[in-house]
Amino acid sequence: MANAFTYAGYATAAWLFLIGLYGVVTSRHLVHLCLSLTVIQASTYVLFTVIGYRQGLPAPIFTDGIKPGAAAVDPVVQALMLTDIVVEATVVALLLAITVRIHRRAGTADPNSVNIMQG
Amino acid sequence: MHRPRLVLFFAGAMGFVCLFVFGFTPLRHPRDIRNRYAQQINTRTFAERNITDAVSAVNFDYRGFDTLGEEFILFVSVLGSLLLLRMEAERKEGILMDAAERSRDLGASDAMGLWILAMVAPKLVFGIYIVTHGQLTPGGGFQGGVILATAALIIYCGKGFPIFRKMLSHSAIEILEALGAGGFVAIGMLAFLWHRPFLTNVLPLGKAHELTSGGTIALISLATGLEVSAGFVLLLYAFLQETLTERGED
Amino acid sequence: MAILQLGVLALVVIAGTALVLTRDVRSQSIVLSLFGLILALMFMVFQAPDVALSQIVVGAVGLPLMVLLAIAKLRRDHQELEQEHKRKGRT
Repeated sequence: MANAFTYAGYATAAWLFLIGLYGVVTSRHLVHLCLSLTVIQASTYVLFTVIGYRQGLPAPIFTDGIKPGAAAVDPVVQALMLTDIVVEATVVALLLAITVRIHRRAGTADPNSVNIMQG
Repeated sequence: MHRPRLVLFFAGAMGFVCLFVFGFTPLRHPRDIRNRYAQQINTRTFAERNITDAVSAVNFDYRGFDTLGEEFILFVSVLGSLLLLRMEAERKEGILMDAAERSRDLGASDAMGLWILAMVAPKLVFGIYIVTHGQLTPGGGFQGGVILATAALIIYCGKGFPIFRKMLSHSAIEILEALGAGGFVAIGMLAFLWHRPFLTNVLPLGKAHELTSGGTIALISLATGLEVSAGFVLLLYAFLQETLTERGED
Repeated sequence: MAILQLGVLALVVIAGTALVLTRDVRSQSIVLSLFGLILALMFMVFQAPDVALSQIVVGAVGLPLMVLLAIAKLRRDHQELEQEHKRKGRT
């Protein structure tokens, strides 16, 4: 059971990555493309979480009963993910701003029919 | 039209799956991996820094330099969005009057307006609580900053754009964001006064379980909260339809 | 409990697939909010409260908000472009 659980975590990350990439490849609207990128991001979060997790150990917050110095879940991985979530939201906002500009310039938001670079 | 692209994608996906399985099956079970760095941090955080939230300590002290980089990614993304949408808005001067007329209809009903006014204060207090207690319980600059930005957001949702603009002036928020980002660097440079490397924790560590524990961690958390909240409010400004340059109304 | 974690991972897979397979952009922002909440649930179950707090605020409120604002802007740009085309067609 424990082995299946580990591989479930890795398989989830791989599946999310592939389905997100499929969304990017077959997208017909630029905003849909940006949100498929969000799914690819989520796959990295799942992978980090599963790597840092130890069965039965508590969170790395040492108050309310968890004594300082006790064994806990990996805090380094959580620190990486926490800043990443907020920062990637602003990067997606930047991508959406680019989308709005492209739509203004080319009249459509379909990535297959946008051809601004001419000549 | 799509066929070659899809075929290429599936070929790549098959290759990815094969490599993934090949790479991950011989890995040891995570329970057997001795993650020494994490174990060291878990055992030392309280002893060395008087901090009970190990994640905040890692973010703002042990790996503070990486957080500085991430914060500047946020800063630059906000800057980029503002630039892109500002150029866009300059073309719409003629429609400014129209937009102001339209936005007057976007306000909420009286009941919702009252509820929103009632919610702004608790949200602000909650956001400040999360920012300042980052070193004791889950929280910190990043989470609290976004919560503070949502407090600004519901003002727009309830009262419409003109009141939002009057309450939060664009240049003041820009200054706050710059203060937050520069504050992080300035706190890091405090260490130079004691001839220590950049971002060393040089302030007194205080008692555990108190707001002043952790030295520079609390200050860096505050600066980050300021920057993140101001950045998100600026993003909101950039995306609103009526965000034109201060040419028409002022 | 390992079953809880397996269940949450299955939910994440379903929500992620649903997000990509939703083609209409306005519905997709609502599914994005749901996906953000399910990810936050996953972080809580895996003992990461800081990350869950961050994900709830950003992924359920911040990101769908910006997507909706971008879609509204796209729609208004579309209407203005159509008006310009009509004006150019007349003159």
